[in-house]
Amino acid sequence: MTLDQAPSLDVDPLIDDPTTRIIVCCGAGGVGKTTTAAALGLRAAERGRKVVVLTIDPARRLAQSMGIDSLDNTPRQVKDLDGDGGGGELHAMMLDMKRTFDEIVEAHADPERAEAILNNPFYQSLSAGFAGTQEYMAMEKLGQLRARDEWDLIVVDTPPSRSALDFLDAPKNLGSFLDGKFIRVLMAPAKVGGRAGMKFLNVGMSVMTGTLGKLLGGQFLKDVQTFVAAMDTMFGGFRTRADATYRLLQAPGTAFLVVAAPERDALREAAYFVERLAAEEMPLAGLVLNRVHGSGAARLSAERALAAAENLAEPRIVDQGAGKEELRNSPDSTASSPTPAGSPTSADDPEAQQPSEAQQLAAGLLRLHAERMQLLAREQRTRDRFTALHPEVPVTEVAALPGDVHDLAGLRDIGDRLASGDRPAGAA
Amino acid sequence: MSRLQVVSGKGGTGKTTVAAALALALAAEGKRTLLVEVEGRQGIAQLFEAEALPYEERKIAVAPGGGEVFALAIDAELALLDYLQMFYRLGSAGRALKKLGAVDFATTIAPGVRDVLLTGKACEAVRRKDKKGRYVYDHVVMDAPPTGRITRFLNVNDEVAGLARIGPIHNQAQAVMRVLKSPETAVHLVTLLEEMPVQETVDGIAELREAGLPVGRVLVNMVRPSVLDVPVPTDVRRTELAKALSGAGLGGARKGGLAEQLVDPLLAQAAEYEERVALERGQRGLLAELGLPVHELELLTEGIDLAGLFRLAAELRKQGVA
Repeated sequence: MTLDQAPSLDVDPLIDDPTTRIIVCCGAGGVGKTTTAAALGLRAAERGRKVVVLTIDPARRLAQSMGIDSLDNTPRQVKDLDGDGGGGELHAMMLDMKRTFDEIVEAHADPERAEAILNNPFYQSLSAGFAGTQEYMAMEKLGQLRARDEWDLIVVDTPPSRSALDFLDAPKNLGSFLDGKFIRVLMAPAKVGGRAGMKFLNVGMSVMTGTLGKLLGGQFLKDVQTFVAAMDTMFGGFRTRADATYRLLQAPGTAFLVVAAPERDALREAAYFVERLAAEEMPLAGLVLNRVHGSGAARLSAERALAAAENLAEPRIVDQGAGKEELRNSPDSTASSPTPAGSPTSADDPEAQQPSEAQQLAAGLLRLHAERMQLLAREQRTRDRFTALHPEVPVTEVAALPGDVHDLAGLRDIGDRLASGDRPAGAA
Repeated sequence: MSRLQVVSGKGGTGKTTVAAALALALAAEGKRTLLVEVEGRQGIAQLFEAEALPYEERKIAVAPGGGEVFALAIDAELALLDYLQMFYRLGSAGRALKKLGAVDFATTIAPGVRDVLLTGKACEAVRRKDKKGRYVYDHVVMDAPPTGRITRFLNVNDEVAGLARIGPIHNQAQAVMRVLKSPETAVHLVTLLEEMPVQETVDGIAELREAGLPVGRVLVNMVRPSVLDVPVPTDVRRTELAKALSGAGLGGARKGGLAEQLVDPLLAQAAEYEERVALERGQRGLLAELGLPVHELELLTEGIDLAGLFRLAAELRKQGVA
């Protein structure tokens, strides 16, 4: 109904396309990212693809909805898929940061060194997940899954970051730290200041490590140094892999889906994300707009519904000329609106001054409808704002459900809604 | 009333809004509160329709009765340089550290340092006194990280005190922990009447309690008003309903008439509504079992603006939250 209608996002061609290898779902917290990822994964699997869903969100309910008691760091196969023997499979896993980090250490250091690292207190804190680690490990895991080449589609949802952008920065951040100057200084101050002309720097360094020692406590600094020394062999690898994963995300086989709800903040974040993806040359497939409301009676406006409800709820004057009087009171209706065949009041017990049960119910239903129509209008406004900013972004809409998803059937239902992309009836 | 009030909640529940309303409510009647942001999103500035906040305490609103709300967006990097300057007078060395990447390292990668600085700054504001020995702020309200991270965030000082076993960081971490675990602090969780946020709230409270952190209240945000005061009878008589609608001037009641055509979609909407209300009732029951004060804040349908914020603050006062 708007002039600048956004193009619609066709989910099925995207998930059916064998060249689509990675789908990343990103967006603000609380918009149904994880559920969207799971529903997409299920749909793709039931259409014949071999899919793994990597989730960051430790929502037990989601695991249960896929018939798995608890998800862990290893992909588990989801049973009871529909699909007509198309050979599709669905696996699901939940990122375990610490386990992923440990695996990297074990894979890239000899056993003795690996043990030294794993026992280091600094490492233990770092790997258990402070700022940035989760984002980095999500990328690392994605890289690993892709490298194993066991699945032809990986669907991943992004960590619940402070901002949706953090995970794009994480690999670069961690990578650049780990082979940055600072680490070198911590490891071997003497080497950095080795050249004659650099002597002054050397003095500066020892002042600095001295300061850090004072600030953090000598033992802490020693732990860090031990850690860094032990990880030395892995540094190059970290950086290389971070870069590789980043490039993987830019590659044509990757598709980003920005997930949002038709609310101001969520769509603001979505717009921001769209811009960021463009700046990073990451391929955006489109916007998934969750929890969109519709109405089967959309042509009845909120104003008319409210006026009619008021009309119904008023106590009647008994001898009123029934229907006609009411018609005059009600706002101008559709021209074709036929005259009611006998007003309910005329059928009422003549002494009843209060609205009948049916009238009270009708009034309630109309107020409920008015609320729904107001919600629709608000959703429309926020959506229009997004479309005005990014008319090029294809959109698919998913109708709001009253409750959460609890089983595969629920996920399948969401998948159907995702794919049909139909605006719920009445959503303008 | 606790002097440090930490507000957390699942993403999307409106914890920043509730934190801001709480700061306003606590500032009423001539009090002074500080609203602290730790996640660098400038959500507070947006709410108060102000310019992005710098790293300095700045008056952002005047509460009813003359109280004042100050706001501070804590920047971990600047907090660290501040700290180095305060304890070590490290003006130029601080800059050199920054150049080397040491400050970045400390504030983003080094385990917990960032969180220590953020909680440390908030606790410093709680304890700060003026020359006459009075507290500078009657209350400090923190817009904290989400429920999934809150226990770790607040408890980080314990961990850091263990890692840095001596030195000022160790002492600082211990001092912060003393404030956070005292009755001076209360951690509130914001939720919606939906399954996942309620589940996270229940889990989050268990974690906080296990860590010995003082849990305050549960604030249920965006509660939708009850609209349908008459339940839909199971044997709803569609023809009468059609007649009632028709009587209200909405078209014909006969089959195919405009009023008659409304019956099915309106009943479908009512069924959805009742399903949602039943779900909400279940969630309320779960929250009631927590044994904490639970408060409900109505949904402001037109979004949150300054006026809405003041309304929420008034509501919080009415309910005795502030």
